[in-house]
Amino acid sequence: MPQHGDTDPRSAVDKLIASDRMPANANTDQLTEADIWAILDEVKDPEVPAVSVVELGIVRAVHWDGKELAVDVTPTYSGCPATELIEELIEEALRAAGFRNVRINQVLTPAWTTDWITDEGKEKLRAFGIAPPQGSASKRSLLGDSEVITCPHCGSTHTERVSEFGSTACKALYRCKDCLEPFDYFKCI
Amino acid sequence: MTQKEALTEYLLRLADSDMILGQRLCELCGKAPALEEEMALMNVALDLVGQARNWYEYAAELIDDGRDADKLAFRRDAHDYRNLLLTEQPNEDYAVTMGRQFFYDAWHYFTLKSLVNASNERVAAIAAKALKEVTYHLRRSSEWVKRLGDGTEESHRRMQDAVDILWRFTGELITPDETDRLMAEAGIGPDPEQLKEDWRGMVKEVLQEATLTPQPDDAWMYLGGKRGEHTEHLGFILAEMQFLQRAYPDATTW
Repeated sequence: MPQHGDTDPRSAVDKLIASDRMPANANTDQLTEADIWAILDEVKDPEVPAVSVVELGIVRAVHWDGKELAVDVTPTYSGCPATELIEELIEEALRAAGFRNVRINQVLTPAWTTDWITDEGKEKLRAFGIAPPQGSASKRSLLGDSEVITCPHCGSTHTERVSEFGSTACKALYRCKDCLEPFDYFKCI
Repeated sequence: MTQKEALTEYLLRLADSDMILGQRLCELCGKAPALEEEMALMNVALDLVGQARNWYEYAAELIDDGRDADKLAFRRDAHDYRNLLLTEQPNEDYAVTMGRQFFYDAWHYFTLKSLVNASNERVAAIAAKALKEVTYHLRRSSEWVKRLGDGTEESHRRMQDAVDILWRFTGELITPDETDRLMAEAGIGPDPEQLKEDWRGMVKEVLQEATLTPQPDDAWMYLGGKRGEHTEHLGFILAEMQFLQRAYPDATTW
């Protein structure tokens, strides 16, 4: 019989994620908020699977009192069709980790902006082939702007916008004039 | 009219206008002139429907008669709808589609810009979210008006025709009634005079750059959408939009 504990090669998070095989009365008493954030960091955005919901900045806060776990989640766009799915995925991951009493609060204030995406998240977007939002949403002039977008494939700044809107509400479509590859740009809002 | 009644009415206007224009744009799904345009139109529509839901949810809480956002959208008849007449006008050619969008976006942008500072926190929060999206809408639609207006002979003619056809529905955007005034007094809605000035200023600027001629400010205008008196187009939109909910209430089984 395999020995659990220190000899288990799986990471703490893997064990938690795999905990749907744990007995129904799984003990979550020992889990801290840091553990909860680690679980949430494994939940990927269904439309941009390169980044987690934590890296995207859509999980605002967790409240764990030892009995009930409440998670504050904010939508990216008003009409983002992934909002409900993301909430379900979060709930599922937490239940799988043994939390029986999970509540998701949707919060609108302060409104999500691309400034909430972590630096790590931005780097993962780039590696995934999506140009991360450039500059700060708060400083950007939204009308009549002339942003320079860097190609996530070859790093060239010689790019052009093909469409203000891309495959999802949060992205625009660009093309690199040097490597000729089309790419998504995560719009700065 | 109490302030609560005025707020409910005002929320329904915002929600219904977003909803109906969103539905109109969705009619172009699979039929847009280019793939990029289709994506853009559907994204704008999605934003509008999402914003409508946020407004409906708040309105439903105030109405508090058991109806939720879906019931407000799918179980009310045309005379209960409070959308601006502009939003229910047919798509016609692309000049009309983008002209309608531009007139609406300019109104929407300045309205939301004011609502962001509303004394009502819930209104301010929904508006702050929507404003980021609508700023993109306005940038895009104003670019299209300029491109078509200052384009070829044919695109100019069509864009000018669109301005002329739609102009009579724009007065409603900037003609305040009791609800608008009550909302402004409550520190929620925009100051009607400021809204009028801002909207006209932006429209004139864009039309001028597009080499288009606006109609006079005092041209005869259709009013009535805000009090439930609609053009014949709304019934057809609702017939399509509400069919499923009417035929299979709640549509709980697929």
